[in-house]
Amino acid sequence: MKILVCISHVPDTTSKINFTDNDTKFDTNGVQFVINPNDEFGLTRAMWFKEKQGATVDIINVGGPETEPTLRKALAIGADSAIRINTEALDGYQVAKELSAVAKEGNYDLIIAGRESIDYNGGMVPGMLANLIGASFVNTCISLEVDGETATAIREIDGGKETVSAKLPLVIGGQKGLVEESDLRIPNMRGIMMARKKPLEVKEPQGAEIETKAVSFEKPAPKGEVKLVSPDNLDELINLLHNEAKVI
Amino acid sequence: MAETADKKDILRGGQFLVKETACEDVFTPEDFNEEQKMMKETVKEFVDREIVPHKERFEHKDYALTEEVMRKAGELGLLGIAVPEEYDGLGMGFVSTMLVCDYISGATGSIATAFGAHTGIGTMPITLYGTEEQKRKYVPKLATGEWFGAYCLTEPGAGSDANSGKTKAELSSDGKTYKINGQKMWISNAGFCNVFIVFARIEDDKNITGFIVENDPSNGISLGEEEKKLGIHSSSTRQVFFNDTVVPVENMLAGRGEGFKIAMNALNVGRIKLAAACLDAQRRVIDMGVKYANERVQFKTPIAKFGAIKSKLAEMATNAYASESASYRAAKNIEDRIAIRLDSGASHSEAELKGVEEYAIECSILKVAASEDMQNCADEGIQIFGGMGFSADAPMEAAWRDARISRIYEGTNEINRMLAVGMLVKKAMKGHVDLLNPAMAVGEELTGIPSFDTPDYSEVLSEEKAMVAKLKKVFLMVAGSAIQKYGPELEEHQQLLMAASDILIEIYMAESTILRTEKNVKRFGEDAQKEQIAMAQLYLYHAVDIITQKAKEGIVSFAEGDEQRMMLMGLKRFTKYQNQPNVIALRNLIAEKVTSENTYPF
Ligand SMILES: Cc1cc2nc3c(=O)[nH]c(=O)nc-3n(C[C@H](O)[C@H](O)[C@H](O)COP(=O)(O)OP(=O)(O)OC[C@H]3O[C@@H](n4cnc5c(N)ncnc54)[C@H](O)[C@@H]3O)c2cc1C
Repeated sequence: MKILVCISHVPDTTSKINFTDNDTKFDTNGVQFVINPNDEFGLTRAMWFKEKQGATVDIINVGGPETEPTLRKALAIGADSAIRINTEALDGYQVAKELSAVAKEGNYDLIIAGRESIDYNGGMVPGMLANLIGASFVNTCISLEVDGETATAIREIDGGKETVSAKLPLVIGGQKGLVEESDLRIPNMRGIMMARKKPLEVKEPQGAEIETKAVSFEKPAPKGEVKLVSPDNLDELINLLHNEAKVI
Repeated sequence: MAETADKKDILRGGQFLVKETACEDVFTPEDFNEEQKMMKETVKEFVDREIVPHKERFEHKDYALTEEVMRKAGELGLLGIAVPEEYDGLGMGFVSTMLVCDYISGATGSIATAFGAHTGIGTMPITLYGTEEQKRKYVPKLATGEWFGAYCLTEPGAGSDANSGKTKAELSSDGKTYKINGQKMWISNAGFCNVFIVFARIEDDKNITGFIVENDPSNGISLGEEEKKLGIHSSSTRQVFFNDTVVPVENMLAGRGEGFKIAMNALNVGRIKLAAACLDAQRRVIDMGVKYANERVQFKTPIAKFGAIKSKLAEMATNAYASESASYRAAKNIEDRIAIRLDSGASHSEAELKGVEEYAIECSILKVAASEDMQNCADEGIQIFGGMGFSADAPMEAAWRDARISRIYEGTNEINRMLAVGMLVKKAMKGHVDLLNPAMAVGEELTGIPSFDTPDYSEVLSEEKAMVAKLKKVFLMVAGSAIQKYGPELEEHQQLLMAASDILIEIYMAESTILRTEKNVKRFGEDAQKEQIAMAQLYLYHAVDIITQKAKEGIVSFAEGDEQRMMLMGLKRFTKYQNQPNVIALRNLIAEKVTSENTYPF
């Protein structure tokens, strides 16, 4: 089985978010980048397929050279080789288009992406990618098994779960549940040393058209002061909600 | 490694005192390569996952948890970083070794101690001095964490005077085994280790001998109860009793009577690694301190906004930055020195031994400086937390108790202070570091007419570098005259030695801090480094004060009349700023950065 895991290079959740260029660009200054958590669940599941079912695991990212440490980390965790498509990731369609070229060429049986990346939370790439390469697609995937040519996936749906059976090739939009947080792997020292020797191929982009453009970003208003109201004093709470917060 | 290995003129140990170092020639934490950065993240992740959530258990004598975490560290390869690949280690360089030690030691002293005792003094004597058979037999198990090691040097009657131990090793009549009898004390990891490195005396030898002894209760080995300690509550510390313990002669380490040398060389590595072990601990205390200070409101103001608290945060960050700067500078010197030795055909163990021994002075300096920085950091951490700082439910209390041990083990800070100066004097006598000529030059300068030119200090950190050069003259003046005065009897004048040592320590720390900053200013620009520049200046400011005070103490103790007056005048000249730094403004700038980033951000 050939697996491709899409790895998005995103700011750590504890990063301070700022914008530059008139609020049109994310300020990466001093920001720590990590593997997108949804992708990390997928990568960890892919490692399971590698170890238990002899799969090969390639990883791919659309981005500039600054994303390579993130790819190396995924290699250190155990992926076999990496591909970086050398262009700035600007919108979902562009990324899906760039990924699709490699995905087709590589004849992958399974493509694991994250449900969304936690930077812009677009959530469009896996679906578009599946469409572009004509593969089956399961989104919000929380469990995945593969038996021969058939995958059995469980999707999270409102208030419950749906079990889906799909023919390979398959694209999934994965999330927590594929594996649990405690299953996530810290790369070991030997893995880190070996990562240096594993192939990381840089491919030039197809030059997919970019259909959307960020006009401006804005941050939520800062949190106001917190008022604590004693549970014995519900009148006071109603008074505050009504007269001060004016929400009831 | 290769790119620096051909630089044969890298600074030798102790030479920092008489040679100027170009900032390009110091290694800084900003020079970590991609692999090292990934290692750092890995170790931090490991600590955040395996140690931090269990902090409470570490405070309640959960020795099994320490063992469990150590085993997991072994699975990640963290115990074999420094071990050559042929013995199932990773064979990484000294900087990487320090880095792992740094980041694994930050959250609890219990793991810092268990890790240090196992990978340092528990394993190194075998990798450095073992025969091929000994290495094959023991090192792979120790490198992977299948087995754990402990180091038995100290005895009830032999602490700082480590060569005075009473433990005996007696050769059997057939010449095949030694029988060991004696009592060892304060042995870290004793409760769960598989191998002891034991030092014992054969007959009436002048020096002790090292042995590898497998932990086998049926072979006359028994343990005392766990010691009740101030800190590092989940680090196992017990007495170890040897009662007719039989050890095959093949388990002798190096030769008969070489134990003291082994013990001391293992301690050199142990000392610099202990300095590393005090780094992330400082970062974490600062991180917790500033988060608390930003949240805690008194007088309707977050306490982080108060000058008194800002001053603490700035000083804590500055000392942490200084101890990082000096630790990694020395680490890279050692790594390069090892590479040079390897290139010229030395075996791995020989190269490593000589490489570390070369910088034994720096190892002692770092051990003292970093352990005291850590202690002060935790102490101020408590103060920032106020009453909560004193509570065992908040993190500062444990950090403070855990920090205390670092000033005691691996040679007390007193012993290390004396060693630093003592070794330097020895190096000078051997001609490895020329102190004599520079000291004479300072002597001439003292009697000559001072220059009245006003130097141009417009370039960033130029006045600071000139100041460090002058501080080196202070050391040469004080130590040079003291040696002249007392000769070999200098050893008897301990307070003078301690003062000289403090001068030496402050010079190394201040210089390392300035050089790191200068290098980064050249790379990243002055604006990006303004807080670092402030830290370099603030550190130096204190160093000048300490040096002034210690030098005065020393001078007055051995010089009189005109000689004393001349030296005190020289001291004034060598410690004089042209532009007095505004330390309050410096602290404000540093504190502003720390509080706005809400962590230790350097
Ligand atoms: C928690 C813990 C773990 C330890 N782990 C180990 C271990 O794993 N293996 C091991 O072998 N040892 C270990 N030790 C022992 C440790 O190395 C010794 O405690 C230390 O070397 C000091 O020796 P001592 O306790 O006998 O103090 P002493 O030597 O009695 O010193 C008492 C005081 O006198 C000072 N002093 C002593 N001699 C001089 C001198 N010549 N000049 C000036 N001042 C002097 C000291 O600096 C100190 O302040 C450990 C100790 C502790 C507390």
